[in-house]
Amino acid sequence: MSTSDPATSTDVALLDRPARISSRLLRSELRLVFTRRRNLAILAVLACAPVLLGVAIKLGSRGGRGGGPAFIGQITQNGLFLAFTSLVVTLPLFLPLAVAVVAGESVAGEASTGTLRSLLVVPVNRTRLLAIKLAGIVAYAAAAAMTVAAAGVLVGFVLFPTGPVTLLSGSVIPLGAALVRVVLVGLYVAAMLAAVAAIGLFVSTLTEVPLAAMATTAIVVVTVEILDAVPQIASIHPWLFTNWWLSFGDLLRDPVALDQMAQGLLVDAAYVVVFGTLAWARFTTRDITS
Amino acid sequence: MASAITTRGLTKRFHGGQVAVDHIDLQVPLGSVYGFLGPNGSGKTTTIRMLLGLIAPTEGDHDVLGEPMPRGAAQVLPRVGALVEGPAFYPYLSGRANLARLDAADRTVDPRSSRARIHEALERVGLAAAAEKRYRNYSLGMRQRLGLAAALLRPRDLLVLDEPTNGLDPQGTREVRSLVRDLAADGTTIFVSSHLLPEIEQVCSHVGVMSRGRLISQGTLDELRGAATTRVRVVTAQPEQAATVLTGLGLTVADSGPDHVSAVLGTTGSERVTEALVLAGVGVRELVVERPDLEDVFVSLTGEGFDVDQ
Repeated sequence: MSTSDPATSTDVALLDRPARISSRLLRSELRLVFTRRRNLAILAVLACAPVLLGVAIKLGSRGGRGGGPAFIGQITQNGLFLAFTSLVVTLPLFLPLAVAVVAGESVAGEASTGTLRSLLVVPVNRTRLLAIKLAGIVAYAAAAAMTVAAAGVLVGFVLFPTGPVTLLSGSVIPLGAALVRVVLVGLYVAAMLAAVAAIGLFVSTLTEVPLAAMATTAIVVVTVEILDAVPQIASIHPWLFTNWWLSFGDLLRDPVALDQMAQGLLVDAAYVVVFGTLAWARFTTRDITS
Repeated sequence: MASAITTRGLTKRFHGGQVAVDHIDLQVPLGSVYGFLGPNGSGKTTTIRMLLGLIAPTEGDHDVLGEPMPRGAAQVLPRVGALVEGPAFYPYLSGRANLARLDAADRTVDPRSSRARIHEALERVGLAAAAEKRYRNYSLGMRQRLGLAAALLRPRDLLVLDEPTNGLDPQGTREVRSLVRDLAADGTTIFVSSHLLPEIEQVCSHVGVMSRGRLISQGTLDELRGAATTRVRVVTAQPEQAATVLTGLGLTVADSGPDHVSAVLGTTGSERVTEALVLAGVGVRELVVERPDLEDVFVSLTGEGFDVDQ
């Protein structure tokens, strides 16, 4: 410590020593993400997907000829399956896009408004800020997945029969237990979207234009999906994060088959670590000139 | 004298080789109001960004409040209130919510006093009535005030204010000046940058002048004024006799006319000049000591006026 402290401003406003753990900034971040009108509008749009899907199936159920997205055939027997079909339909584009918007905004948005410099001189440690940003994006991804699942359950119950659920393996479980499975599926999807969150966070540290970060993130996801669909490079498919997205179907078996999902979670965690580290390396050494 | 800010050879070279800040040695004494002057583009904001650890210097180092930066940032920056390159807030949040966001980021303040401190800061800058308005709808002056409020969210030992009067009307400018005076009276060191000289000349005790990335002059206001020549101007009906007297005192006559003579005063007291003139029987109608104002000093130092870049 310097011996030449100025007239120190001791005041009731200050803590004796800085709080080691404080959730204030995290809570502030979540409030920022979840009160922003644009982000809420995206959730509302996501909630419309099950409505569209449900109505379409209801109207067209008589001429069903098989095919279509996974679980679509089960919906007319049990409305709960609308939740799973809705996730299958929104996973390739809508859900990653929603995550890309919030992730792209995370650092680049703060840079473009200049609030990044205000936060950093408070001061907020750059590593801490990045961790909080990632937590905010992942929370939003979870909310997005849960919104689709919840809307699917609600619309499914309104339009289709309910009751004990026949799983893909043929066994029947009570509705309550089936709802728990819906929540688990939502969590798995949220965990899968964490890879998109980390990629988006990294891209967001590269630019001061949030829109560019959002678009780049979305393009990365779509590119990976295209690679995942090319059979000639099947050998790299297990390393692509999108390859494991639909493995949540294994949660609808009895007993639950875990190995696919476990591998999915591992691959996903690897993406989070790699892109989280890249974001950290970039952000902690970057000159903030915005 | 203890220093609030000390820099040693602080330099920033951007990619492409452009030198924005060129080996500057700032000395900002504790308790001073330090005016950081220079035209737009002279490196003031880049310097401030380095002081606060937002950008890394290419060369040199610096201490803030006695701690080496950026290593001591976590300890030092909570004691520093800053307004960097104009106010920056979330456009879709209200003024109050914006301050709450910044307060939440500060781990050294007591969350229980947050509401009261935010209210006090808003009052202090005259924004209490507009606290619930979205920042997007604030005028430039209100935005600037909110920026000042953010710097005043908690007691500070040092305030770094980058162009705090930008966008303010004359009344607002006067309010900022009086705010700076009040804060300085409480012992807060204030480092305030401006490209508009008259706005800070009245409140500063110390001045540093930047030009093209270099700190070309630094010192107390009086030292800086002293760097330019003070003249004595005598209005009289006998200019020749007056000139003789002045030369006799060792002064250099710079200018004379049919009814006046003026000379470089140097360290000679004006009382002696008056005395000598009267003793020599020169009828003195008027005797004026002409001190250069800072603007003249600045022009003589840099060969350019303020506002040239605007």
